[in-house]
Amino acid sequence: MSTRNSVDYKPFEPKVAGGRARAIPWLTVMAGSLITIVPIVATIPILPPFGFVMLLAWRLLARYALRPWAAAPLGLFDDLLSGQPLGSAVLLWSLAFVVIDMIEQRLVFRDFWQDWLIASGGIACCALGGRFLAVRVGTHVDTVLLAQIVITMMLFPLAARIVAMIERRRAQE
Amino acid sequence: MAPARDRRTGFSRRRQYGVFVGYVLAVAGAAVGAALLVMSTFNPPAFSAARMGIAGVTTPVSSGLAWAVGGIAAIPEAIGQYFFVKQENIALRRERDQTRALLMRARVIAYDNRRLRSLLHVRDRIADPVVSARLVSSSASSGRRFALLNAGRWSGVGQGMAVRGPDGLVGRVIETGPNAARVMLLTDVDSIVPIRRTRDGLPAIAVGRGDGMIDVRSVNATNVRFKAGDLFVTSGVGGLYSPGIPVARVMQAGADSVMARTFAHPDTLDFAVVERSFMSVPPPRPIAAQPDARP
Repeated sequence: MSTRNSVDYKPFEPKVAGGRARAIPWLTVMAGSLITIVPIVATIPILPPFGFVMLLAWRLLARYALRPWAAAPLGLFDDLLSGQPLGSAVLLWSLAFVVIDMIEQRLVFRDFWQDWLIASGGIACCALGGRFLAVRVGTHVDTVLLAQIVITMMLFPLAARIVAMIERRRAQE
Repeated sequence: MAPARDRRTGFSRRRQYGVFVGYVLAVAGAAVGAALLVMSTFNPPAFSAARMGIAGVTTPVSSGLAWAVGGIAAIPEAIGQYFFVKQENIALRRERDQTRALLMRARVIAYDNRRLRSLLHVRDRIADPVVSARLVSSSASSGRRFALLNAGRWSGVGQGMAVRGPDGLVGRVIETGPNAARVMLLTDVDSIVPIRRTRDGLPAIAVGRGDGMIDVRSVNATNVRFKAGDLFVTSGVGGLYSPGIPVARVMQAGADSVMARTFAHPDTLDFAVVERSFMSVPPPRPIAAQPDARP
């Protein structure tokens, strides 16, 4: 172990994340998906899709924490729990990753507000997409859906704090 | 945030291919998602085994959480009851005196009813309960309205069974796992229940709206007037739900299609009773013998 004061110290050596550090982003996103097991029987879609918010926070704030293909298996796990038709989160989350990649090519220096804006766009698009994949057009879920989208957007800073906290711990390890 | 330039991979072939494969897999994930979506749209129960496998793990956790939350919430309630027990006692005594006459009349009516029915030789099918269990969690982040029941195949719960609460119909079982079952609530947009009006037996259907209410629509008649406060119970048509389970009360007067509130409030529900289907589902049509099949 080379400390900061020794001759062997290489400040720019890339840190290789261990197995546990690799698993933590996956586990936090899956824990977010598990929000649907809280013991309430809701008559309106009121809980935010917290797994997706965690996924966006990891993707936007810690780019290399998740592989580019991680959205599909995590989406599958979310689909198994959320009650949406299986495959909707696999599709929408993968598309969100691809779109964020395309944005990132053009907008390389971002601050938190831009991250939040991108995340808000992703949340709105995925919520609307999920609604049209799950429920017919003529049903009366749209007002509640708007409320759900706004609540979910407001949760992004919280997810960002969680991701930042974990990243700091991960960097120290 | 610093620019992320991981597409500049340098001269390492291994790294170049690694990055390329990563992006190919990312796009392939979307394609797989689309394929899964098509499969689950045309065959909704296709992945029920996987779903119910996970539900089998999460349901005991939800049950434990519900128990803990209920236990904590019961403490202030118990304290309140301790202080108001005297007033409650007086009120209950008064209520008992008031309802005694009503009870006698109801007993007489029930006896008459039984006698007249036996005269008419009406053969009632009495739905026998399979199990009583708790609804522990729901698809609260989705537009669909599903709830998880903490009893499954091990307790005899089967697909298509009706689920009722103490106040009225809750929904029906659509997927079963070993120790959990997925219940489609009345308010789900795909739920359709045949009902009739208690006042005159007018047939109608209850269709979920997705926002916690249901639509009551008249069948085989046009320009039907619904009054606010009309009560609807299941009619037993179709054989899935036994007749006479309370379903909904109309909220606003209207014609042909009106909004109604369900009697059972799943969000305040503690116990639900699973009942066997009123009439058993007919067996699948026998496959005709192939002409070229050899004996």
